[in-house]
Amino acid sequence: MYALEMMDITKEFPGVKALDRVSFKVKKGEIHALCGENGAGKSTLMKVLSGLYPVGTYSGTIRIDGQEVMFRHIVDAENAGIAIIHQELALVKEMTVGENLFLGREPKKFGIVQWDELYYEAEKWLKKVGLDIAPQTKMQSLGIGQQQLVEIAKALAKQAKILILDEPTAALTESEVEILLGILEQLRSQGVACIYISHKMPEVFRLADSITVLRDGKSIATLSRTKTNEDQIVSLMVGRELTERYPYMKRNPQEVVLEVKHYSVWHKDKPMKVNHDIDLSVRKGEIVGIAGLMGAGRTELAMSLFGAYEGKVEGEVWIEGKKVRIRTVQDAIREGIALVTEDRKRLGLVLGMDVKANTTLASLKNMSKFGVINQNEELKWSQNYVQELRTKTASLETPVGTLSGGNQQKVVLAKWLMAKPKILILDEPTRGIDVGAKYEIYHLMNKLAEEGVAIIMISSELPEILGMSDRILVMREGRIVKQFTHEEATQENIMMAATGGK
Amino acid sequence: MEAKTVIHNEHTVEKKRDPIWGKIDIRAYTMIGALVVIWIFFGFLNDTFLSARNLSNLFTQMSVTAILAIGMVFVIVAGHIDLSVGSIVGLTGGLAAILSNWMGMPTSVVILGTLVAGALIGMLQGWLVAYRAIPAFIVTLGGMMVFRGVLMGITKSTTVPISDANFIALGSAYFTNGFGVVLAVVAIAALVISTIQKRRSRQRYGFSVAPLSLEMAKVMAISALIVAFVFTMNSYKGIPFPIIFVIGLALIFSFIANKTTFGRHVYAIGGNAEAARLSGIHIQRHTMILFVFTGLLSAIAAIVLTARLSSATISAGQMYELDAIAACVIGGTSLVGGSGTIIGAIIGAMVMTSLDNGMSLLGMETFWQYIVKGSILVLAVWIDIASRKKQARS
Repeated sequence: MYALEMMDITKEFPGVKALDRVSFKVKKGEIHALCGENGAGKSTLMKVLSGLYPVGTYSGTIRIDGQEVMFRHIVDAENAGIAIIHQELALVKEMTVGENLFLGREPKKFGIVQWDELYYEAEKWLKKVGLDIAPQTKMQSLGIGQQQLVEIAKALAKQAKILILDEPTAALTESEVEILLGILEQLRSQGVACIYISHKMPEVFRLADSITVLRDGKSIATLSRTKTNEDQIVSLMVGRELTERYPYMKRNPQEVVLEVKHYSVWHKDKPMKVNHDIDLSVRKGEIVGIAGLMGAGRTELAMSLFGAYEGKVEGEVWIEGKKVRIRTVQDAIREGIALVTEDRKRLGLVLGMDVKANTTLASLKNMSKFGVINQNEELKWSQNYVQELRTKTASLETPVGTLSGGNQQKVVLAKWLMAKPKILILDEPTRGIDVGAKYEIYHLMNKLAEEGVAIIMISSELPEILGMSDRILVMREGRIVKQFTHEEATQENIMMAATGGK
Repeated sequence: MEAKTVIHNEHTVEKKRDPIWGKIDIRAYTMIGALVVIWIFFGFLNDTFLSARNLSNLFTQMSVTAILAIGMVFVIVAGHIDLSVGSIVGLTGGLAAILSNWMGMPTSVVILGTLVAGALIGMLQGWLVAYRAIPAFIVTLGGMMVFRGVLMGITKSTTVPISDANFIALGSAYFTNGFGVVLAVVAIAALVISTIQKRRSRQRYGFSVAPLSLEMAKVMAISALIVAFVFTMNSYKGIPFPIIFVIGLALIFSFIANKTTFGRHVYAIGGNAEAARLSGIHIQRHTMILFVFTGLLSAIAAIVLTARLSSATISAGQMYELDAIAACVIGGTSLVGGSGTIIGAIIGAMVMTSLDNGMSLLGMETFWQYIVKGSILVLAVWIDIASRKKQARS
């Protein structure tokens, strides 16, 4: 008897098939792990299941306990007993645990909240998940692990039959993970079906009864834990053929430009490290790829090297044999570092400003005298870069917000190329852009490396990492766990290192 | 190849928009249109509204709001607000009167002292906003009360008259007709020279330029406006002193907004503060300077106001912050930050003042004036938002 059957689910976004006839079945009282790389379609599938994408926006059928269901709203899914616990917890920090548990469904009489009843009930549910705290406690005084348990209690209080956990252990300490896993085992015995989305192989293999692997929007296989092993799962996750060709060139990197020693970065508001004891070096004319799964601490490392991360930093940074301290973005730019951020719309561009102003934003000084911009110089330089990068824009005075993703990314790149960096950090440089623009960016990277720029490329796309990097570092849980040369690296060994398999 | 043709097109697109009119888009034209409608409306109902004397008055009246609005545009563009400018006007005006009357200081010291006081007040508020991360709304709301209180304290809640004739002239004198003519000639000459220079410079860098006829037509249209303005003012008593302040400040701050790195950075901060920070822009320093600007401009407005009234009262400048904000908003400044122009704010100030002036001339009761001004403000933003949505859809 299946608690949940999703059959032939296809979901398309303009230009992409996010899910392609995916089938996914979960038995009652089982913990079912859903594995796949970033962007394999796990989140999309769960959004379909939780009613975030209403019926009609996808094709295929969903059955719960054998009954076909159609969710028009998140509420419909909730009523059907589906509860999803997101990576970012959806709790109101200023309210008490009890208020959070019954948010939106407070026990009422004539519209008046029955507080005693609420807190009495709340205590019951908290006990169920093994939380020994008063329901009157303010949410914000709890640790992440406890908050997660409150989320689970909230889901149970809604009579959830199917519990979806999206990377639940990402922010937990080891002892908290133990508690969580214990509770999940207990829930399994109570007949709750759990869908467990995780990157971490050890957890998956400890907990799950079955494992389904998604890759590129397709369901690849569903296996019983006892009949498989980590190697098989990882190779299924990455098992695509490497058909794409990358313009990789054998390079001869020269002297070390950037060297980072014993570098640790603290979380900006929690007492935990997001980067542990990082050692890395990049040479002139070298492309170093940093692979890893989401939450591995790659972006934090990049932001922190660029002086833009607020958390405390330990360790040393050497640039061209000189020890430097980078506290602000201005320091970083002065030392010749440039960072093309992951989220270009939020962090890279001023969308309302035109192409020209965005291009020159980081190097206006070089085309100004006494703070007055030489507008002809500005026009000339931004035009040069538009031509060099072949950015497709109607004019230099077109707002960047109206350009396509690839062209927006080129504007961001132009901004940093104009600053003439020695070290260029690219965080997911080709995310969400079309193939043509991707290849142009790869060629540009090769050209820059040839000109002697040291490039660090952070990417979640394994083929891209494999295809472009001279050396590959793999990060997991804030550490660099593995290093490969271009020749050594394969999708399998990178993914194995990134997921913590042996 | 394709990219090249695209770039080539860019010249033709760009040259049509770039010079002078470049910054004034359709929204600006609608505002000018609205202003003309208001003028015709009042002119129709009351003969004296469009007389040289009344127009001269109108420009003098608008000067204080316009000067405040110039600073306010910057603050709003950066995503902040300054509610204290009215109280700074009151306080620095009181200070000017005290320096001049009670302490008998010479005019130059009075002016300098007032300006320094305004700048320091602005710096203090700016520091709190920029470096202590207190929301500008709160800092300047507090400032609004504190500065009004200080004014009452130092003037002992009395009206302080000013008798220094030089000082009073700053707010109420007129330039002689001859000066007006010279000014018009200089302005037109500057316009012609700068247009020619811009053309030459663009040609030197190999950029295409607008057709000569188009550029000449623009120069002529603006020259005609200048001549009409000077002629009207001269047919009464000449150009009022305060309006020269407004024009001068508008030119300086438009220059800062459009031609300097500082101005560009302010627009970037308002448009996307995170992207600005990650581009190496000093957000805190820039923010503080903005408040120094509003403080300084408030002090200038205070000098004009105190001089015109030849006394400082404890209620001087009350509610002026709201007039200034309204002027900016009517002039197309977005309260979300990132967009707004100084010329727009000045037109907005003109709209607000024209309403005040016109309704007073018609003898409408004060309560009506409030209702009408408030409604027009909301209406202006409504139309603006509706038209933007329409644009986005089409």
